[in-house]
Amino acid sequence: MKTKTLKVDYLARVEGEGGLLVKISGKKVTDVKFNIFEPPRFFEAFLRGRMYSEAPDITARICGICPVAYQMSSVHAMEQIFGLKVDGQLRALRRLLYCGEWIESHALHVFMLHAPDFLGYADAIQMAKDHGKVVQMALKLKKTGNDIVNLIGGREIHPINIRVGGFYKLPTKKELETLVDRLKWAVDASIQTVKFTAKLPFPEFERHYEFVALRHENEYPFNEGRLVSNKGLDIDVQEYENHFMEEHVSHSTALHSILKERGAYFTGPLARYNLNFDKLTPAAQDAAKSAGIGKGTNNPFKSIIVRAVEILYACEEALRIIKEYTVPDKNAVTIDLKPGTGCGCTEAPRGILYHRYRLDEKGIILDAKIVPPTSQNQKTIEQDLREYIPPRINLPQEKLTWQCEQAIRNYDPCISCSTHFLKLKMTYE
Amino acid sequence: MATKNKKSVKAAAQKKIRKPKLAVWKFSSCDGCQLSLLDCEDELLTVAEYIEIANFPEASRRVIKGPYDISLVEGSITTPHDAERIHQVRRQSKFLVTIGACATAGGIQALRNFKDVKKFISAVYANPKFIETLNKSTPIADHVFVDFELRGCPVNKYQLLEVINAYLNGRKPNTPSYSVCVECKRRGITCGLVAHGPTCLGPVTQAGCDALCPSYHRGCFGCFGPKETPNTSALCAYWQTLGVKDEELLRLFRGFNAYAEAFRKESEAHEN
Repeated sequence: MKTKTLKVDYLARVEGEGGLLVKISGKKVTDVKFNIFEPPRFFEAFLRGRMYSEAPDITARICGICPVAYQMSSVHAMEQIFGLKVDGQLRALRRLLYCGEWIESHALHVFMLHAPDFLGYADAIQMAKDHGKVVQMALKLKKTGNDIVNLIGGREIHPINIRVGGFYKLPTKKELETLVDRLKWAVDASIQTVKFTAKLPFPEFERHYEFVALRHENEYPFNEGRLVSNKGLDIDVQEYENHFMEEHVSHSTALHSILKERGAYFTGPLARYNLNFDKLTPAAQDAAKSAGIGKGTNNPFKSIIVRAVEILYACEEALRIIKEYTVPDKNAVTIDLKPGTGCGCTEAPRGILYHRYRLDEKGIILDAKIVPPTSQNQKTIEQDLREYIPPRINLPQEKLTWQCEQAIRNYDPCISCSTHFLKLKMTYE
Repeated sequence: MATKNKKSVKAAAQKKIRKPKLAVWKFSSCDGCQLSLLDCEDELLTVAEYIEIANFPEASRRVIKGPYDISLVEGSITTPHDAERIHQVRRQSKFLVTIGACATAGGIQALRNFKDVKKFISAVYANPKFIETLNKSTPIADHVFVDFELRGCPVNKYQLLEVINAYLNGRKPNTPSYSVCVECKRRGITCGLVAHGPTCLGPVTQAGCDALCPSYHRGCFGCFGPKETPNTSALCAYWQTLGVKDEELLRLFRGFNAYAEAFRKESEAHEN
């Protein structure tokens, strides 16, 4: 029987180090390995012995692309231990900061990491030779997101202004208003982006996924909500570890996360969208409808359209928050140290990011657990490839390999993130 | 700064006919420093006009073969495989620049250097035998000759442009080696060390962030690593007179540049 191997030694246009190995025997896919060989960095181990207040700054260093997500999940976990409620304008500012990270991260992925696959370019710089205006718009859109993170967080990568209980320094209304014109432009640009993504050629490919995302009664989810799925999951974030577990497999330095009852699941923009369509702004809903994805889609390639819709939502939400902003009386809620265990789960651009910490009475971290979105999607990525390849098995090898890479990039995998964690008990033969 | 860069980059490019080739390499890191290049939204397309982005996996699936005129290296060495790979990178690179705290000092993952790494592995992974890692996370310069080191966690993107620009113009990059205090004074920021609370690493940390944390009302925590000839022991002696405890000092110096020599030695002085 004829056998062949598709191999990508170093997957490009993702954050971090990963590869792909597919073994095909005749017409059958016999093995799929989404390899993660990013070196482990042991964050969970060296967080032990650090102060609670250092967690947002230290965990930000897990990922240079979505540091805000790490800062948010960690402060929420700590605040749960101390019984703090951060609300009003402080809460709104956190939401605004997250809008910035979504815009910046999604614009990067849509235009610079994923669109070149659909249009047959190696990268955005090559794409700029034929689609100069699109790439220029992309960069400006990305910059608008970064401008928000910069203003509130101090800098776009590893912001320094986030602390348990609030912020170190609050922006003035005037400072925030300097973003308004750029954001108004960005609303139009993101409508263009949705249109641009809708015209891309999509492979016919759908699967019945279990989508998992946060859901909040009043808003599209960023920082808070219940964990829900389209297959009946509906739990408080605190129950996370009763329902999810991680496996350590030999070909990955990142743990594979599964639902204990049903196995692989899907987190990220597509999951958020399918579970929270009703919470989008009317303009975002309209844009999505005219892009042909209705209230939901099971085609993972169309996550590029969903990212564009979420950029639009984030721009509108940012404008709303700025309009309603008044400077709070205090930059942070006062903390009373307490020992205990707490967890936080927020919607990183790539999906749910779970943190859990245990503190002693002085606020020293005794134990930490972090589950990033990419490790949760690993199993689903491999399953996608197992189903995607067979009908296309006669494609030239190079073309098929590229399409497999594209299928992985549907998830915007952040390998730097996914590698440094996990903690579990498993036995192997 | 951006327009100034553009002009001189242009002048440099006119002198050369062949575009110099740039490669970006990743070792153990968060990807943030190489992202800084993509975060140069206003400058990226201009940079690409004058430099061939020949090997940058985070941004492109196209790889143009080496040798490379300039290599940007992100991340620290933490595995036997990477300890080999960095030599291959060096052999293909005419001018090698390390970017960020991981590549220049071992990064936050160098906290393992003070502990038994085997305990770390079993704390994190169920099946330690799958994990291949070295006992220490070390900077690139411990393994190969480095032509220039750019500090920061993350690097300052304007400093990164300055390094590329300086290379194109055949001059030394203009990056300061004085302390954050100089930037703070220049911006007219009230000294936090005196006014708010004792711990600010500004006096012993290299400039480059434009006194970012002090401008947000918090003490510096050392993203850019030790400045030239830092007097950490005098600073700690002063803090101790104000009641700062050893355990706090230990944590303060055990940050993103914990394995940089000056910070490492100071932290070891406060270890029980």
